[in-house]
Amino acid sequence: MKLAILHELNAERAARRPVILVTDTEGGEQRLVKAKDFAKDPLRAELDKQLRMGKSANVEAGGKKLFLNVYAPTAKLVIVGAVHISQALAPLARSLGYDVTVVDPRTAFASPERFPDVPLVAEWPDTALPPLNVDAYTAFVAVTHDPKIDDPALLHAFERGCFYIGALGSRKTHAKRGDRLRAQGAKESDIARIHAPIGLAIGAVSPSEIAVSIMAEITAVLRLPPKEKEEAA
Amino acid sequence: MLDRDEDILKAAEDWQKAGRGVALATVVETWGSAPRPAGSSLVINDEGTFLGSVSGGCVEGAVVTEAMDVIQSGKPRMLEFGVADETAWNVGLSCGGTIRVFVEKVG
Repeated sequence: MKLAILHELNAERAARRPVILVTDTEGGEQRLVKAKDFAKDPLRAELDKQLRMGKSANVEAGGKKLFLNVYAPTAKLVIVGAVHISQALAPLARSLGYDVTVVDPRTAFASPERFPDVPLVAEWPDTALPPLNVDAYTAFVAVTHDPKIDDPALLHAFERGCFYIGALGSRKTHAKRGDRLRAQGAKESDIARIHAPIGLAIGAVSPSEIAVSIMAEITAVLRLPPKEKEEAA
Repeated sequence: MLDRDEDILKAAEDWQKAGRGVALATVVETWGSAPRPAGSSLVINDEGTFLGSVSGGCVEGAVVTEAMDVIQSGKPRMLEFGVADETAWNVGLSCGGTIRVFVEKVG
């Protein structure tokens, strides 16, 4: 691999932009294709497919054996609310490979004693969220049960196009939340994106079980093709 | 998406810039039960220091040896390990799978 390609690959990864490295496994020639350039690439169908699946693969094109190595950004999980569920959710998400950050302006909740080794931001969402670079590779959950904290956080998640947005609360609570968000200018399609009640219906009772149901739902949204995703939800 | 190879690739770049000979080994194909998926990689420098894995420990030793040759020659090579291959069996891909590993020099 040429140093210039490696340097560009590392720069794209640092910026959380997906790329695919195409290697001719016989000749050794390589090129790096950025996701924004897929549309004009001769291998666009294969590139799109492999990125969507997050899976590297071999293809044959123009008599050449090519290896497509997919480099997609590490998924992030932003948890708004340093509550009991979050204490179980943060370590579980980390074990699944997510970069986890917990946000809660209430310092009694967002304490290192309650969240050892987890990055904590004890600020209001308006201050805490912009530097976190929330993006399409971020799962976002709002679990404070306090509209003053959850609502602005959810509006931020809509803006950034998170791949998963979940919020704690019963159907009744969620209906009220929808009304409030609408009043603040949220689109119907944004509100429809919120998974609420949060998590897969597995009869979870304890905070740890609820954490499992949330991570199961996030995994389904991340990994399943669109049709099966609807069935699981 | 949940891959964490970036530190490995960053190390490869840092090592190369510090003047070390560096090789990158990448799993390009797997059959049967292989412990690491295609795209997993290992970087090796000319001191024999390596980071990452291509098999979860089964064949790393052999890959590092081959990588030393690649750093010398600059020519990429394809390695195959599996139950059908007696050498590899000795090396011990005990999981019963087969993997192909592409080894290339960095720089």
